Amino acid sequence: MLELAKTILAAAVLALSAAACGAADLAAYRVENGGVAAPLTDEPGNPARGRQIVRDMGHVTCLICHRMPIPEEPDHGEIGPSLEGVGSRLSVAQLRLRLIDSKQVNPDSVMPSYYRTGGFTRIGAQFEGRPIYSAQQIEDVVAYLALLKDK
Amino acid sequence: MRDVTRPLAIKLLFGLAALAAIAGSVAVGQTQAPYEVEGRKSGYLFMTPATRSLQDDEFQNPGMFIVERGRDLWNRAEGPDGKSCASCHGDAEASMPGVAARYPVFDPAANGLVNLEMRINAERAAHMKAPPLKYESEDLLALTTYISMQSRGQPVNVAIDGPAQPFFEQGKTFYETRRGQLDLSCGQCHEDRVGMKLRGDVISQGQLNGFPIHRLSWRAMLSRHRIFAWCNTSVRSEPYELGSPEYLALELYVAWRGRGLPIEAPAVRR
Ligand code: HEC
Ligand code: HEC
Repeated sequence: MLELAKTILAAAVLALSAAACGAADLAAYRVENGGVAAPLTDEPGNPARGRQIVRDMGHVTCLICHRMPIPEEPDHGEIGPSLEGVGSRLSVAQLRLRLIDSKQVNPDSVMPSYYRTGGFTRIGAQFEGRPIYSAQQIEDVVAYLALLKDK
Repeated sequence: MRDVTRPLAIKLLFGLAALAAIAGSVAVGQTQAPYEVEGRKSGYLFMTPATRSLQDDEFQNPGMFIVERGRDLWNRAEGPDGKSCASCHGDAEASMPGVAARYPVFDPAANGLVNLEMRINAERAAHMKAPPLKYESEDLLALTTYISMQSRGQPVNVAIDGPAQPFFEQGKTFYETRRGQLDLSCGQCHEDRVGMKLRGDVISQGQLNGFPIHRLSWRAMLSRHRIFAWCNTSVRSEPYELGSPEYLALELYVAWRGRGLPIEAPAVRR
């Protein structure tokens, strides 16, 4: 009984420390022809969820830098190009790489890498080891962007 | 009802009279440096006309209230010897003009840089035996603002040569280093993207001549190091402590970037 309790406790402590240091393992992906063709998750991206995620302040909203067809948000940045019609300009694979790690598209880009954990200087302690988006969130946002077609 | 409102009205009147006295004394006989010098622009020029006139109007400027408190503190005796700032420096309006424009400076005693906040605390310790005021406390902001205000209109003029030079280089490196999860340097916003909209803000040159500033969106006064911490946190970088050697070096570099711009404290920003 005591042994069992100890085991459970040890497992709980392990789980807790894993959560605390947040070392989320990134899904492997392959860059080919300027894009990432294969989805990061088995579950297909959900564009409605994607539209919610891109507005979320807690996930470094794209609106900081981009104009987007989201009229209910008052302030859209103008650091990057407008994302209206971006689904006609770029393929799903290109969109995926752009989100995962924009620096592999343009090393001088000021756009954050949404799915990268290494190579930062003095990153805030609570962000260490955690990408801005989870793999599923990448897929959801890619699915949303792909629908932004030229009218 | 009358008995309640009348003292309040009288208090307000006294308050306004005090503000008028402060305002009048500073405006007299000082030449105003321009808001733009050789392409270097004060944050003032990035504000709407409404925010500018809020800053310009002594009676509306929300930073003026802390100035009043700063003047009280200047004259208030503290410590075992019953001394105040005024015991040594007399009238701040006579002894303090120009000081804020020169800071931060290299201090041989500290063998490093000190800024206005740290100089205030060092003076309190050495000459008044009074405890240090906490960084970003109302009291330290008030004294810093009151002293800075005595230099209003004077051009920023910090020394970056001699013993200050290595600190200047350190600050420059800080400024140019990409940091945090967003992987951005100060200059990528405040040099390369000036005038562009970042969400609802227009990016300025990130100059220090207005500090301490009243930030309308926070309804609060803030120091130079507090805005450094905010900009660091915004790119998801671990901020340094206010008053840290890192921020002092950065302060010297950023002040130099704005050389020639007028001290505006207390400036009003969005
Ligand atoms: C801090 C600024 C910033 C943020 C935040 C940002 N971007 Fe970008 N983005 C840029 C810039 C600048 C470019 C232009 C290319 C470059 O410099 O890399 C760009 C380019 C793009 C492109 C390529 C557009 C084209 O027409 O080629 C896409 C797609 C994109 N961003 C999507 C997003 C999405 C989706 C988000 C949020 C999840 C986002 N960006 C967040 C700055 C940003
Ligand atoms: C992602 C963009 C970004 C980065 C990176 C950034 N800032 Fe800022 N900073 C802003 C914005 C937005 C404001 C508020 C509007 C303004 O005054 O530019 C601001 C304000 C300031 C101000 C106040 C200017 C005034 O007149 O009130 C200073 C000073 C400043 N920043 C310095 C820095 C320094 C030093 C760094 C690097 C440690 C830095 N910033 C990094 C975006 C940034």
